[in-house]
Amino acid sequence: MQNSFYREIINDHNLRPAHKREVPGANVEKRGVNPSCGDDITLQLRLEDGKIVDGGFVGDGCAISQASADIMLDLIIGKTQEEAERLSEIFRRMITGKVTDEEIEQLEEAGALIDVSHMPARVKCAVLGWHTLDAIAQGE
Amino acid sequence: MNRDIRADFPLIQERKDIAYLDSAATAQKPACVIQAEGDFYRKYNANPLRGLYELSQEATAAYENAREKVRAFLGAESTEEIIFTRNASESMNLIAYSYGSFLQAEDEILVSIVEHHSNFLPWQMAAERVGARIRFLECEADGSISEEAFRAQLNGRTRIVAMTQLSNVLGRAYPIQRFAQIAHEAGAIFVCDGAQSVPHLPVNVRELGVDFLAFSGHKMCGPMGIGVLYGRKELLEKMTPFLRGGEMIEYVTRDGATWAELPHKFEAGTVNAAGAAGLAAAIDYYNELGFEWIQAREEALSRTAMEALQAVPYLEMIGAEKAEDHHGIFTFTMEGVHPHDVAEILSSDGVCIRAGHHCAQPLMQHLGVRSTVRASIMFYNTEEEIHRLAESLRSVRGRMGYAE
Repeated sequence: MQNSFYREIINDHNLRPAHKREVPGANVEKRGVNPSCGDDITLQLRLEDGKIVDGGFVGDGCAISQASADIMLDLIIGKTQEEAERLSEIFRRMITGKVTDEEIEQLEEAGALIDVSHMPARVKCAVLGWHTLDAIAQGE
Repeated sequence: MNRDIRADFPLIQERKDIAYLDSAATAQKPACVIQAEGDFYRKYNANPLRGLYELSQEATAAYENAREKVRAFLGAESTEEIIFTRNASESMNLIAYSYGSFLQAEDEILVSIVEHHSNFLPWQMAAERVGARIRFLECEADGSISEEAFRAQLNGRTRIVAMTQLSNVLGRAYPIQRFAQIAHEAGAIFVCDGAQSVPHLPVNVRELGVDFLAFSGHKMCGPMGIGVLYGRKELLEKMTPFLRGGEMIEYVTRDGATWAELPHKFEAGTVNAAGAAGLAAAIDYYNELGFEWIQAREEALSRTAMEALQAVPYLEMIGAEKAEDHHGIFTFTMEGVHPHDVAEILSSDGVCIRAGHHCAQPLMQHLGVRSTVRASIMFYNTEEEIHRLAESLRSVRGRMGYAE
Protein backbone atom coordinates (compact mmCIF):
# COMPACT_ATOMS: atom_id res chain seq x y z
CA MET A 1 0.00 0.00 0.00
CA GLN A 2 2.52 2.58 -1.18
CA ASN A 3 0.00 4.74 -3.04
CA SER A 4 -0.73 7.61 -0.67
CA PHE A 5 -3.98 8.68 -2.37
CA TYR A 6 -5.31 5.19 -1.79
CA ARG A 7 -3.97 5.17 1.77
CA GLU A 8 -5.77 8.43 2.51
CA ILE A 9 -9.10 7.11 1.29
CA ILE A 10 -8.77 3.96 3.36
CA ASN A 11 -7.66 5.88 6.44
CA ASP A 12 -10.49 8.36 6.11
CA HIS A 13 -13.20 5.71 5.84
CA ASN A 14 -11.59 3.62 8.58
CA LEU A 15 -11.27 6.42 11.10
CA ARG A 16 -14.46 8.27 10.18
CA PRO A 17 -16.89 5.75 8.70
CA ALA A 18 -20.14 7.38 7.64
CA HIS A 19 -22.14 4.17 7.71
CA LYS A 20 -20.84 2.37 10.79
CA ARG A 21 -24.09 2.41 12.71
CA GLU A 22 -27.23 0.44 13.38
CA VAL A 23 -29.81 1.09 10.66
CA PRO A 24 -33.24 2.13 11.98
CA GLY A 25 -35.95 -0.03 10.42
CA ALA A 26 -33.47 -2.42 8.77
CA ASN A 27 -35.30 -5.40 7.28
CA VAL A 28 -32.31 -7.54 6.33
CA GLU A 29 -29.18 -8.30 8.29
CA LYS A 30 -26.20 -10.55 7.57
CA ARG A 31 -23.00 -11.29 9.43
CA GLY A 32 -19.72 -11.71 7.55
CA VAL A 33 -16.56 -13.15 9.13
CA ASN A 34 -13.02 -13.81 7.97
CA PRO A 35 -12.06 -16.67 10.26
CA SER A 36 -8.35 -16.41 9.56
CA CYS A 37 -7.97 -12.77 10.53
CA GLY A 38 -10.97 -12.06 12.69
CA ASP A 39 -12.65 -9.35 10.58
CA ASP A 40 -16.25 -9.51 11.73
CA ILE A 41 -19.03 -7.27 10.44
CA THR A 42 -22.81 -7.30 10.39
CA LEU A 43 -24.36 -5.60 7.40
CA GLN A 44 -27.85 -4.15 7.75
CA LEU A 45 -30.04 -2.89 4.92
CA ARG A 46 -33.47 -1.33 4.68
CA LEU A 47 -35.04 -2.48 1.42
CA GLU A 48 -38.14 -1.02 -0.13
CA ASP A 49 -39.47 -2.40 -3.42
CA GLY A 50 -36.08 -3.84 -4.35
CA LYS A 51 -34.32 -0.58 -3.58
CA ILE A 52 -31.67 -0.07 -0.88
CA VAL A 53 -33.01 2.98 0.90
CA ASP A 54 -30.64 2.79 3.86
CA GLY A 55 -27.71 0.67 5.01
CA GLY A 56 -25.03 0.40 7.64
CA PHE A 57 -22.64 -1.98 9.33
CA VAL A 58 -21.34 -2.75 12.79
CA GLY A 59 -18.40 -4.87 13.91
CA ASP A 60 -14.67 -4.59 13.74
CA GLY A 61 -11.68 -5.56 11.68
CA CYS A 62 -8.70 -4.17 9.85
CA ALA A 63 -8.73 -0.81 8.07
CA ILE A 64 -9.29 -2.38 4.65
CA SER A 65 -12.31 -4.43 5.73
CA GLN A 66 -13.91 -1.50 7.52
CA ALA A 67 -13.16 1.09 4.85
CA SER A 68 -14.27 -1.20 2.03
CA ALA A 69 -17.63 -1.83 3.71
CA ASP A 70 -18.12 1.89 4.29
CA ILE A 71 -17.20 2.78 0.69
CA MET A 72 -19.54 0.06 -0.57
CA LEU A 73 -22.44 1.53 1.37
CA ASP A 74 -21.67 4.99 -0.06
CA LEU A 75 -22.02 3.44 -3.49
CA ILE A 76 -25.10 1.27 -3.08
CA ILE A 77 -27.44 3.30 -0.87
CA GLY A 78 -30.15 4.66 -3.14
CA LYS A 79 -29.57 2.02 -5.82
CA THR A 80 -31.67 -1.03 -6.61
CA GLN A 81 -30.54 -4.37 -5.23
CA GLU A 82 -29.99 -5.54 -8.77
CA GLU A 83 -27.70 -2.60 -9.56
CA ALA A 84 -25.83 -3.13 -6.28
CA GLU A 85 -25.28 -6.76 -7.23
CA ARG A 86 -23.91 -5.75 -10.63
CA LEU A 87 -21.43 -3.33 -9.00
CA SER A 88 -20.43 -5.92 -6.44
CA GLU A 89 -19.61 -8.35 -9.22
CA ILE A 90 -17.40 -5.72 -10.86
CA PHE A 91 -15.72 -4.97 -7.54
CA ARG A 92 -14.83 -8.58 -6.94
CA ARG A 93 -13.43 -8.87 -10.46
CA MET A 94 -11.37 -5.75 -9.87
CA ILE A 95 -9.82 -7.28 -6.76
CA THR A 96 -8.79 -10.34 -8.74
CA GLY A 97 -7.40 -8.11 -11.48
CA LYS A 98 -9.92 -8.77 -14.30
CA VAL A 99 -11.67 -5.50 -15.00
CA THR A 100 -11.76 -2.66 -17.59
CA ASP A 101 -11.12 1.02 -16.86
CA GLU A 102 -14.76 1.92 -17.66
CA GLU A 103 -15.93 -0.61 -15.13
CA ILE A 104 -13.61 0.79 -12.46
CA GLU A 105 -15.11 4.23 -13.04
CA GLN A 106 -18.56 2.89 -12.22
CA LEU A 107 -17.26 1.87 -8.81
CA GLU A 108 -16.48 5.51 -7.96
CA GLU A 109 -14.38 5.68 -4.76
CA ALA A 110 -14.33 1.90 -4.44
CA GLY A 111 -12.04 1.92 -7.49
CA ALA A 112 -9.29 3.16 -5.14
CA LEU A 113 -9.17 -0.36 -3.66
CA ILE A 114 -7.68 -1.71 -6.88
CA ASP A 115 -4.27 -1.75 -5.13
CA VAL A 116 -5.54 -4.68 -3.09
CA SER A 117 -5.29 -6.80 -6.24
CA HIS A 118 -1.51 -6.70 -5.61
CA MET A 119 -1.93 -7.81 -2.00
CA PRO A 120 -3.22 -11.39 -1.96
CA ALA A 121 -3.24 -11.49 1.84
CA ARG A 122 -5.73 -8.61 1.96
CA VAL A 123 -8.22 -9.72 -0.68
CA LYS A 124 -10.53 -11.32 1.89
CA CYS A 125 -10.53 -8.12 3.93
CA ALA A 126 -11.47 -5.99 0.93
CA VAL A 127 -14.32 -8.20 -0.26
CA LEU A 128 -15.86 -8.96 3.15
CA GLY A 129 -18.59 -6.31 2.94
CA TRP A 130 -19.31 -7.08 -0.71
CA HIS A 131 -19.40 -10.79 -0.06
CA THR A 132 -21.89 -10.20 2.76
CA LEU A 133 -24.01 -8.11 0.38
CA ASP A 134 -24.04 -11.00 -2.10
CA ALA A 135 -25.05 -13.40 0.64
CA ILE A 136 -28.07 -11.19 1.31
CA ALA A 137 -28.96 -11.11 -2.40
CA GLN A 138 -28.71 -14.87 -2.62
CA GLY A 139 -30.89 -15.22 0.44
CA GLU A 140 -28.31 -17.28 2.29
CA MET B 1 31.35 -15.94 20.27
CA ASN B 2 33.72 -14.47 17.76
CA ARG B 3 31.88 -15.48 14.65
CA ASP B 4 29.51 -13.95 12.15
CA ILE B 5 26.43 -16.08 12.67
CA ARG B 6 24.54 -14.24 9.95
CA ALA B 7 27.05 -15.41 7.38
CA ASP B 8 25.80 -18.96 8.03
CA PHE B 9 22.33 -18.11 6.67
CA PRO B 10 22.05 -17.71 2.89
CA LEU B 11 18.62 -16.06 3.04
CA ILE B 12 19.83 -13.46 5.51
CA GLN B 13 22.73 -12.70 3.16
CA GLU B 14 20.46 -12.66 0.14
CA ARG B 15 17.73 -10.50 1.67
CA LYS B 16 19.59 -7.72 3.39
CA ASP B 17 16.53 -5.54 2.85
CA ILE B 18 14.41 -7.34 5.42
CA ALA B 19 14.38 -7.79 9.17
CA TYR B 20 13.06 -11.30 9.77
CA LEU B 21 11.28 -11.31 13.13
CA ASP B 22 8.97 -14.29 12.69
CA SER B 23 11.17 -17.17 13.80
CA ALA B 24 8.48 -18.57 16.10
CA ALA B 25 6.61 -19.38 12.86
CA THR B 26 9.66 -20.85 11.14
CA ALA B 27 13.39 -20.32 11.55
CA GLN B 28 15.79 -19.45 8.77
CA LYS B 29 18.08 -22.25 7.57
CA PRO B 30 21.86 -22.27 7.77
CA ALA B 31 23.81 -23.37 4.67
CA CYS B 32 24.83 -26.64 6.37
CA VAL B 33 21.17 -27.72 6.62
CA ILE B 34 20.38 -26.82 3.02
CA GLN B 35 23.54 -28.64 1.97
CA ALA B 36 22.73 -31.77 3.99
CA GLU B 37 19.21 -32.01 2.59
CA GLY B 38 20.53 -31.62 -0.97
CA ASP B 39 23.37 -34.06 -0.31
CA PHE B 40 20.91 -36.79 0.55
CA TYR B 41 19.42 -36.53 -2.93
CA ARG B 42 22.78 -36.05 -4.60
CA LYS B 43 24.67 -38.83 -2.85
CA TYR B 44 22.41 -41.31 -1.06
CA ASN B 45 19.02 -41.21 -2.75
CA ALA B 46 17.33 -44.62 -2.63
CA ASN B 47 14.30 -45.70 -0.65
CA PRO B 48 15.55 -46.22 2.90
CA LEU B 49 14.78 -49.41 4.83
CA ARG B 50 13.82 -51.37 1.73
CA GLY B 51 16.58 -52.17 -0.74
CA LEU B 52 19.29 -54.69 -0.09
CA TYR B 53 21.78 -52.96 -2.35
CA GLU B 54 24.51 -50.69 -1.07
CA LEU B 55 22.97 -47.35 -2.06
CA SER B 56 19.76 -48.15 -0.23
CA GLN B 57 21.78 -49.15 2.80
CA GLU B 58 23.55 -45.80 2.66
CA ALA B 59 20.18 -44.04 2.48
CA THR B 60 19.03 -46.08 5.46
CA ALA B 61 22.22 -45.19 7.34
CA ALA B 62 21.68 -41.46 6.69
CA TYR B 63 18.12 -41.71 7.96
CA GLU B 64 18.94 -43.79 11.03
CA ASN B 65 21.95 -41.62 11.81
CA ALA B 66 19.52 -38.69 11.99
CA ARG B 67 17.36 -40.65 14.43
CA GLU B 68 20.37 -41.26 16.66
CA LYS B 69 21.23 -37.53 16.52
CA VAL B 70 17.70 -36.69 17.68
CA ARG B 71 17.86 -39.31 20.43
CA ALA B 72 21.08 -37.86 21.80
CA PHE B 73 19.79 -34.28 21.42
CA LEU B 74 16.68 -35.06 23.51
CA GLY B 75 18.45 -37.39 25.91
CA ALA B 76 16.10 -40.27 25.13
CA GLU B 77 17.04 -43.77 26.15
CA SER B 78 16.67 -45.48 22.81
CA THR B 79 16.20 -44.68 19.12
CA GLU B 80 13.08 -46.86 19.33
CA GLU B 81 11.53 -43.92 21.16
CA ILE B 82 12.17 -41.46 18.31
CA ILE B 83 9.53 -41.38 15.58
CA PHE B 84 9.86 -39.13 12.57
CA THR B 85 6.70 -37.32 11.50
CA ARG B 86 6.03 -34.33 9.25
CA ASN B 87 5.80 -31.81 12.11
CA ALA B 88 4.66 -31.33 15.70
CA SER B 89 1.02 -31.24 14.60
CA GLU B 90 1.29 -34.71 13.08
CA SER B 91 3.09 -35.95 16.19
CA MET B 92 0.22 -34.70 18.35
CA ASN B 93 -2.35 -36.28 16.07
CA LEU B 94 -0.48 -39.56 16.30
CA ILE B 95 -0.64 -39.57 20.11
CA ALA B 96 -4.24 -38.35 20.25
CA TYR B 97 -5.40 -40.95 17.74
CA SER B 98 -3.38 -43.86 18.99
CA TYR B 99 -2.94 -43.32 22.72
CA GLY B 100 -6.35 -41.62 22.66
CA SER B 101 -7.94 -44.97 21.82
CA PHE B 102 -7.28 -46.04 25.43
CA LEU B 103 -9.65 -43.32 26.67
CA GLN B 104 -13.12 -44.12 27.90
CA ALA B 105 -16.28 -42.10 28.40
CA GLU B 106 -16.06 -39.70 31.36
CA ASP B 107 -12.23 -39.72 31.31
CA GLU B 108 -10.64 -36.29 31.34
CA ILE B 109 -7.91 -34.67 29.29
CA LEU B 110 -6.34 -31.59 30.80
CA VAL B 111 -5.02 -29.01 28.34
CA SER B 112 -3.78 -25.54 29.12
CA ILE B 113 -5.48 -22.49 27.64
CA VAL B 114 -2.20 -21.35 26.10
CA GLU B 115 -1.95 -24.34 23.75
CA HIS B 116 -1.38 -23.95 20.04
CA HIS B 117 -4.30 -25.49 18.12
CA SER B 118 -2.01 -28.43 17.29
CA ASN B 119 -2.00 -29.45 20.95
CA PHE B 120 -5.69 -28.83 21.40
CA LEU B 121 -7.67 -29.91 18.32
CA PRO B 122 -6.29 -33.49 18.32
CA TRP B 123 -7.42 -33.82 21.96
CA GLN B 124 -10.81 -32.38 21.13
CA MET B 125 -11.08 -35.13 18.49
CA ALA B 126 -9.91 -37.85 20.89
CA ALA B 127 -12.42 -36.70 23.53
CA GLU B 128 -15.34 -36.51 21.10
CA ARG B 129 -14.65 -40.02 19.86
CA VAL B 130 -15.28 -41.70 23.21
CA GLY B 131 -17.25 -39.10 25.14
CA ALA B 132 -14.29 -38.01 27.27
CA ARG B 133 -14.05 -34.46 28.57
CA ILE B 134 -11.56 -31.66 27.97
CA ARG B 135 -10.70 -29.63 31.02
CA PHE B 136 -8.87 -26.31 30.68
CA LEU B 137 -6.02 -25.08 32.78
CA GLU B 138 -6.21 -21.29 32.65
CA CYS B 139 -3.29 -18.90 32.93
CA GLU B 140 -2.98 -15.57 34.72
CA ALA B 141 -2.88 -12.34 32.69
CA ASP B 142 0.92 -12.52 32.71
CA GLY B 143 0.72 -16.03 31.25
CA SER B 144 1.86 -17.84 34.38
CA ILE B 145 0.28 -21.03 35.73
CA SER B 146 0.92 -21.87 39.37
CA GLU B 147 1.43 -25.32 40.81
CA GLU B 148 -1.74 -24.86 42.89
CA ALA B 149 -3.76 -23.97 39.78
CA PHE B 150 -2.36 -27.03 38.04
CA ARG B 151 -3.15 -29.34 40.94
CA ALA B 152 -6.66 -27.95 41.20
CA GLN B 153 -7.53 -29.13 37.70
CA LEU B 154 -6.38 -32.71 38.23
CA ASN B 155 -8.71 -35.35 39.56
CA GLY B 156 -9.16 -39.10 39.59
CA ARG B 157 -10.52 -39.08 36.06
CA THR B 158 -7.58 -37.21 34.48
CA ARG B 159 -5.86 -39.60 32.07
CA ILE B 160 -3.83 -37.22 29.93
CA VAL B 161 -2.25 -33.83 30.52
CA ALA B 162 -1.24 -32.04 27.31
CA MET B 163 0.77 -28.90 27.71
CA THR B 164 3.35 -26.77 25.99
CA GLN B 165 6.73 -26.10 27.52
CA LEU B 166 6.85 -22.62 25.97
CA SER B 167 3.88 -20.57 24.76
CA ASN B 168 4.03 -19.53 21.12
CA VAL B 169 2.05 -16.39 21.97
CA LEU B 170 3.35 -15.28 25.35
CA GLY B 171 6.85 -16.75 25.28
CA ARG B 172 6.28 -17.94 28.82
CA ALA B 173 8.00 -21.19 29.86
CA TYR B 174 6.22 -23.61 32.18
CA PRO B 175 7.68 -25.87 34.91
CA ILE B 176 7.13 -29.05 32.94
CA GLN B 177 9.33 -31.25 35.11
CA ARG B 178 7.27 -30.42 38.20
CA PHE B 179 3.92 -30.60 36.39
CA ALA B 180 4.78 -33.97 34.84
CA GLN B 181 5.64 -35.31 38.28
CA ILE B 182 2.35 -34.07 39.74
CA ALA B 183 0.41 -35.48 36.77
CA HIS B 184 2.05 -38.87 37.26
CA GLU B 185 1.18 -38.85 40.96
CA ALA B 186 -2.42 -38.26 39.90
CA GLY B 187 -2.25 -41.23 37.54
CA ALA B 188 -2.15 -39.29 34.25
CA ILE B 189 0.39 -39.33 31.47
CA PHE B 190 2.07 -36.09 30.39
CA VAL B 191 2.27 -34.98 26.75
CA CYS B 192 4.58 -32.04 26.13
CA ASP B 193 4.52 -29.75 23.12
CA GLY B 194 8.14 -28.84 22.53
CA ALA B 195 7.63 -26.96 19.26
CA GLN B 196 8.75 -23.64 20.77
CA SER B 197 10.97 -24.92 23.58
CA VAL B 198 13.24 -27.37 21.75
CA PRO B 199 14.68 -24.62 19.48
CA HIS B 200 15.42 -22.29 22.41
CA LEU B 201 16.07 -24.30 25.58
CA PRO B 202 18.07 -27.43 26.31
CA VAL B 203 15.39 -30.13 26.53
CA ASN B 204 16.09 -33.52 28.08
CA VAL B 205 13.07 -35.81 28.02
CA ARG B 206 14.34 -38.03 30.81
CA GLU B 207 15.04 -35.08 33.10
CA LEU B 208 11.63 -33.59 32.30
CA GLY B 209 10.02 -36.97 32.92
CA VAL B 210 7.44 -36.49 30.18
CA ASP B 211 5.79 -39.44 28.46
CA PHE B 212 5.60 -37.82 25.03
CA LEU B 213 7.20 -34.78 23.47
CA ALA B 214 6.65 -33.37 20.00
CA PHE B 215 8.58 -30.80 17.99
CA SER B 216 9.06 -29.61 14.42
CA GLY B 217 12.41 -29.49 12.65
CA HIS B 218 11.70 -26.26 10.81
CA LYS B 219 11.48 -24.12 13.93
CA MET B 220 15.03 -25.12 14.92
CA CYS B 221 16.70 -24.29 11.58
CA GLY B 222 15.89 -27.69 10.07
CA PRO B 223 13.89 -28.31 6.89
CA MET B 224 10.11 -28.08 6.68
CA GLY B 225 8.29 -31.40 6.58
CA ILE B 226 10.27 -33.24 9.24
CA GLY B 227 9.07 -33.46 12.82
CA VAL B 228 9.67 -35.68 15.79
CA LEU B 229 7.63 -37.54 18.32
CA TYR B 230 9.43 -38.81 21.38
CA GLY B 231 7.46 -41.42 23.29
CA ARG B 232 8.29 -43.66 26.20
CA LYS B 233 8.94 -47.12 24.81
CA GLU B 234 6.51 -49.00 27.03
CA LEU B 235 3.69 -46.69 25.94
CA LEU B 236 4.58 -46.78 22.25
CA GLU B 237 4.72 -50.56 22.37
CA LYS B 238 1.14 -50.95 23.48
CA MET B 239 -0.19 -48.34 21.02
CA THR B 240 -1.64 -49.23 17.64
CA PRO B 241 -0.32 -47.62 14.43
CA PHE B 242 -1.65 -44.22 13.42
CA LEU B 243 -1.10 -44.53 9.66
CA ARG B 244 -1.03 -47.84 7.84
CA GLY B 245 0.82 -48.72 4.68
CA GLY B 246 4.29 -49.50 3.45
CA GLU B 247 7.18 -50.55 5.64
CA MET B 248 5.34 -50.52 8.95
CA ILE B 249 4.35 -54.18 9.04
CA GLU B 250 5.83 -57.41 10.19
CA TYR B 251 3.50 -59.72 8.35
CA VAL B 252 0.34 -59.18 6.30
CA THR B 253 -2.32 -61.70 5.30
CA ARG B 254 -5.77 -61.40 3.74
CA ASP B 255 -7.28 -61.19 7.19
CA GLY B 256 -4.91 -59.06 9.15
CA ALA B 257 -1.42 -57.89 9.89
CA THR B 258 1.17 -57.68 12.59
CA TRP B 259 3.20 -54.55 13.03
CA ALA B 260 6.85 -53.77 12.59
CA GLU B 261 9.05 -53.11 15.57
CA LEU B 262 9.41 -49.62 17.01
CA PRO B 263 9.89 -47.02 15.70
CA HIS B 264 8.91 -48.24 12.21
CA LYS B 265 5.43 -49.23 13.36
CA PHE B 266 4.64 -45.50 13.35
CA GLU B 267 6.36 -44.56 10.09
CA ALA B 268 4.12 -45.76 7.29
CA GLY B 269 5.10 -45.11 3.69
CA THR B 270 8.30 -43.70 2.25
CA VAL B 271 9.86 -41.44 4.84
CA ASN B 272 11.32 -37.94 4.53
CA ALA B 273 14.91 -39.13 4.72
CA ALA B 274 16.36 -35.96 3.19
CA GLY B 275 14.44 -33.91 5.75
CA ALA B 276 15.79 -36.12 8.52
CA ALA B 277 19.33 -35.62 7.19
CA GLY B 278 18.70 -31.86 7.19
CA LEU B 279 17.43 -32.03 10.77
CA ALA B 280 20.55 -33.96 11.77
CA ALA B 281 22.64 -31.12 10.30
CA ALA B 282 20.56 -28.60 12.27
CA ILE B 283 21.28 -30.54 15.46
CA ASP B 284 25.01 -30.52 14.62
CA TYR B 285 24.74 -26.77 14.10
CA TYR B 286 23.03 -26.31 17.47
CA ASN B 287 25.67 -28.44 19.17
CA GLU B 288 28.37 -26.35 17.54
CA LEU B 289 26.82 -23.11 18.81
CA GLY B 290 25.89 -24.59 22.16
CA PHE B 291 22.79 -23.76 24.17
CA GLU B 292 24.82 -21.69 26.60
CA TRP B 293 25.61 -19.23 23.83
CA ILE B 294 22.18 -19.51 22.15
CA GLN B 295 20.35 -18.73 25.38
CA ALA B 296 22.66 -15.89 26.36
CA ARG B 297 22.28 -14.32 22.92
CA GLU B 298 18.51 -14.69 22.84
CA GLU B 299 18.19 -13.31 26.39
CA ALA B 300 20.25 -10.26 25.44
CA LEU B 301 18.11 -9.69 22.34
CA SER B 302 14.96 -10.16 24.42
CA ARG B 303 16.04 -7.46 26.86
CA THR B 304 16.71 -5.07 23.99
CA ALA B 305 13.33 -5.89 22.43
CA MET B 306 11.37 -5.48 25.65
CA GLU B 307 12.94 -2.10 26.30
CA ALA B 308 12.48 -0.89 22.72
CA LEU B 309 8.88 -2.08 22.43
CA GLN B 310 7.74 -0.77 25.79
CA ALA B 311 8.94 2.67 24.78
CA VAL B 312 6.66 2.71 21.71
CA PRO B 313 3.58 4.87 22.39
CA TYR B 314 0.15 3.18 22.17
CA LEU B 315 1.73 -0.29 22.23
CA GLU B 316 0.34 -2.73 24.76
CA MET B 317 2.46 -5.78 25.51
CA ILE B 318 0.63 -8.99 26.32
CA GLY B 319 1.93 -11.36 29.00
CA ALA B 320 4.86 -11.04 31.35
CA GLU B 321 6.51 -7.78 32.36
CA LYS B 322 10.03 -9.16 32.49
CA ALA B 323 12.03 -9.72 29.33
CA GLU B 324 13.38 -13.06 30.58
CA ASP B 325 9.84 -14.47 30.71
CA HIS B 326 9.34 -13.86 26.98
CA HIS B 327 12.01 -16.12 25.47
CA GLY B 328 12.19 -13.97 22.37
CA ILE B 329 8.41 -13.88 21.76
CA PHE B 330 6.63 -10.52 22.00
CA THR B 331 2.92 -10.30 21.35
CA PHE B 332 1.21 -6.94 21.52
CA THR B 333 -1.56 -4.71 20.24
CA MET B 334 -1.47 -1.11 19.10
CA GLU B 335 -4.30 1.14 20.17
CA GLY B 336 -6.63 2.01 17.31
CA VAL B 337 -4.83 -0.03 14.66
CA HIS B 338 -5.82 -3.52 13.62
CA PRO B 339 -2.89 -6.00 13.77
CA HIS B 340 -3.20 -6.72 10.06
CA ASP B 341 -2.71 -3.06 9.27
CA VAL B 342 0.31 -3.02 11.57
CA ALA B 343 1.74 -6.04 9.74
CA GLU B 344 1.16 -4.48 6.36
CA ILE B 345 2.85 -1.20 7.26
CA LEU B 346 5.79 -3.05 8.81
CA SER B 347 6.00 -5.20 5.70
CA SER B 348 6.33 -2.10 3.55
CA ASP B 349 9.31 -1.20 5.77
CA GLY B 350 10.78 -4.68 5.26
CA VAL B 351 9.99 -5.85 8.79
CA CYS B 352 8.52 -9.38 8.86
CA ILE B 353 6.23 -10.04 11.81
CA ARG B 354 3.10 -12.07 12.33
CA ALA B 355 -0.43 -10.79 12.90
CA GLY B 356 -3.53 -12.73 13.78
CA HIS B 357 -4.52 -15.30 16.37
CA HIS B 358 -1.29 -17.35 16.16
CA CYS B 359 -3.25 -20.63 16.08
CA ALA B 360 -4.25 -20.09 19.70
CA GLN B 361 -7.83 -18.81 19.58
CA PRO B 362 -8.89 -20.14 23.01
CA LEU B 363 -5.99 -18.16 24.53
CA MET B 364 -6.98 -15.04 22.61
CA GLN B 365 -10.52 -15.41 23.94
CA HIS B 366 -9.19 -15.95 27.48
CA LEU B 367 -7.03 -12.82 27.25
CA GLY B 368 -9.90 -10.86 25.70
CA VAL B 369 -8.11 -9.92 22.50
CA ARG B 370 -9.29 -10.74 19.01
CA SER B 371 -6.08 -10.52 17.15
CA THR B 372 -2.54 -9.44 17.99
CA VAL B 373 0.87 -8.66 16.51
CA ARG B 374 3.78 -10.97 17.28
CA ALA B 375 7.49 -10.34 16.80
CA SER B 376 9.75 -13.28 17.56
CA ILE B 377 13.50 -13.40 17.83
CA MET B 378 16.18 -15.97 17.29
CA PHE B 379 19.91 -15.95 17.94
CA TYR B 380 20.65 -14.77 14.40
CA ASN B 381 18.73 -11.53 14.83
CA THR B 382 20.45 -8.25 15.62
CA GLU B 383 19.84 -5.25 17.87
CA GLU B 384 19.64 -3.17 14.71
CA GLU B 385 16.68 -5.24 13.45
CA ILE B 386 14.88 -4.73 16.75
CA HIS B 387 15.37 -0.97 16.56
CA ARG B 388 14.10 -1.06 13.01
CA LEU B 389 10.96 -2.82 14.26
CA ALA B 390 10.43 -0.25 17.02
CA GLU B 391 10.99 2.65 14.66
CA SER B 392 8.51 1.27 12.13
CA LEU B 393 5.96 0.71 14.90
CA ARG B 394 6.30 4.34 16.00
CA SER B 395 5.24 5.45 12.52
CA VAL B 396 2.19 3.17 12.27
CA ARG B 397 -0.49 5.37 13.83
CA GLY B 398 0.58 8.39 11.83
CA ARG B 399 0.40 6.40 8.63
CA MET B 400 -3.05 5.16 9.57
CA GLY B 401 -4.30 8.74 9.65
CA TYR B 402 -4.03 9.53 13.36
CA ALA B 403 -2.72 12.99 14.07
CA GLU B 404 -0.58 12.50 17.19
